Amino acid sequence: MPPAEAAPLLAVRELAVHIPDPPHLLRAVDGISFDLDRGETLGLVGESGSGKTMTAMALMRLLEPPLSRLPTGEVLLDGEDLMRLPEGAMAALRGHRLSMVFQEPMTSLNPVMRIGAQIAEPLRRHLGLFRAEAAARAEEMLRLVGLPDPARQARAWPHELSGGMRQRAMIAIALACRPALLIADEPTTALDVTVQAQILELLRELQRDMGTAVLLITHDLAVVEENAHRVAVMYAGRIVETGPVEAIFTAPRHPYTAGLLASLPRIREEPEPWLPEIPGMVPGAGDRPRGCAFAPRCTRVISGCVAEAPPLLGEPHAAACWNPLHD
Amino acid sequence: MRGGAWRRFRRHRLALAGGLVVALLLAAALFAPWVAPQDPTLLDTSARFLAPFARPAFPLGTDELGRDTLSRLLYGGRVSLTVGIVAMVTTVLTGALIGILAGYLGGFIDTLLMRFVDTMLCFPQVFLLLVVAAFVPPTLLSISLVIGLTSWMEVSRIVRAEILQLKEQDFIAAARALGASPARIMLRELLPNAAAPILVAATLKVASAVLMESYISYLGYGVQPPLASWGNMLTNAQGYLDTVPWLAILPGAAITLTVMGFNFLGDGLRDALDPRLRMDR
Repeated sequence: MPPAEAAPLLAVRELAVHIPDPPHLLRAVDGISFDLDRGETLGLVGESGSGKTMTAMALMRLLEPPLSRLPTGEVLLDGEDLMRLPEGAMAALRGHRLSMVFQEPMTSLNPVMRIGAQIAEPLRRHLGLFRAEAAARAEEMLRLVGLPDPARQARAWPHELSGGMRQRAMIAIALACRPALLIADEPTTALDVTVQAQILELLRELQRDMGTAVLLITHDLAVVEENAHRVAVMYAGRIVETGPVEAIFTAPRHPYTAGLLASLPRIREEPEPWLPEIPGMVPGAGDRPRGCAFAPRCTRVISGCVAEAPPLLGEPHAAACWNPLHD
Repeated sequence: MRGGAWRRFRRHRLALAGGLVVALLLAAALFAPWVAPQDPTLLDTSARFLAPFARPAFPLGTDELGRDTLSRLLYGGRVSLTVGIVAMVTTVLTGALIGILAGYLGGFIDTLLMRFVDTMLCFPQVFLLLVVAAFVPPTLLSISLVIGLTSWMEVSRIVRAEILQLKEQDFIAAARALGASPARIMLRELLPNAAAPILVAATLKVASAVLMESYISYLGYGVQPPLASWGNMLTNAQGYLDTVPWLAILPGAAITLTVMGFNFLGDGLRDALDPRLRMDR
């Protein structure tokens, strides 16, 4: 047994969300496992429909009925399996030990509640602070996330703030109770590029100061490269490659990761006349092939690929491929 | 929402007029003891069936027992408006509770509650009222509650529809992600966001409750004499309709004015608070 300190903050084991949709079984998330250490950022990357958001919702146990009963596997936060907790105990953890920032800052704030009150809410609920203390902490959080004149912003209504300011406010709400884990689901996708950079910078700073672990969900590889320590690439509900950022960006082993990286526009002396793309489309969650889900689009396909799905092998850089690159 | 809504409301002339009429009626009812020239139950057999303006002591004339019509209208307004407002509060509380539970919880509970609403809506409200009124002794409170409890169905449908739309919004998911309990989400997140349609329904419900009180008082199941209400003043006036028409016209006009005032106010609020018109969001 390793000592307790070596145990990761978050350990996800064989998490799956299989949605029965007769005659199919939609494998939205298909048995994924990963660890996240304290203060670490894991970038979860993938195309639309690869199961990233479903993974986040399953981790937070936020899926609505009838989906709420479907997730299987283990989600260990500090050794405690969130999947086995009663709903009341889970609600007590949400916003307190683990928190979430959503994609759409324009619609994620309650339009009829002042910003300060929305930040104070989790503080009062989880930490039992009284109104005045919570209001003071809310202003402090607004200052931390870099909003000018926090006292005034605390009294503002959501519609009085710009998108970037709202996302800062959302981050203030999510981090108000200093959670150990923050799940950020496409936190900057809805924002302008310049604002995007500022928000990511802010997340990095806060993470460093508070020691929060971040699960950064995005389809944007550039965001991951600059902000994550490790990467997990999802394809069709599974993790196909995972490892440290440098390893994956310099020497991807899975052809899908390699394809994604090749299709990333780079500033070069001699730009290529066209941007490479991966042919074909992600298979639907209902008609996954029996073998590797990427095989129909893969240029390196060999005979074994269609027979059996490859296991995720390698440490710390793992790839689920029968014929990996850079071997 | 605030500044823009007021701007749009102000542009709505009829609504402004309605609001003014409602304010005047409420003030008249509130200050009746100070404004009324006579005691509304004081009999004066020497001054029966006086026409309006005939004698300065009875500005709007007297009825068959020599009671001052203006005083009875003012005190009757107290009764009618009290019934209207208490009934409206009952309607809104019941309707909002059922609507929010059905909309947020969904599934079996939603089906159960909404079929109950359908059942209640099958019966015309007047008959429902008369059946209940026949068994419940008529007091101000019981009349208000009975009216309120037979007219909440529309409100529950409005609220449910609003909640169904609101609960899919990101900020509800965000609230859940921050650990808010279902009760908290319903009361703190959903209800305040559904306030505009509830407010509009509430004003319109006051108007219909005043009308309902008049119906059942007119039919003799409502407010009992000698306590004056606009409804039982009409009943009284019925026997003298051909000879002393103003006894019916005056309370009739008061009811009409109240109902129109509240309806115009409600229409104005609906236009002003319509979320599709909220340019400033």
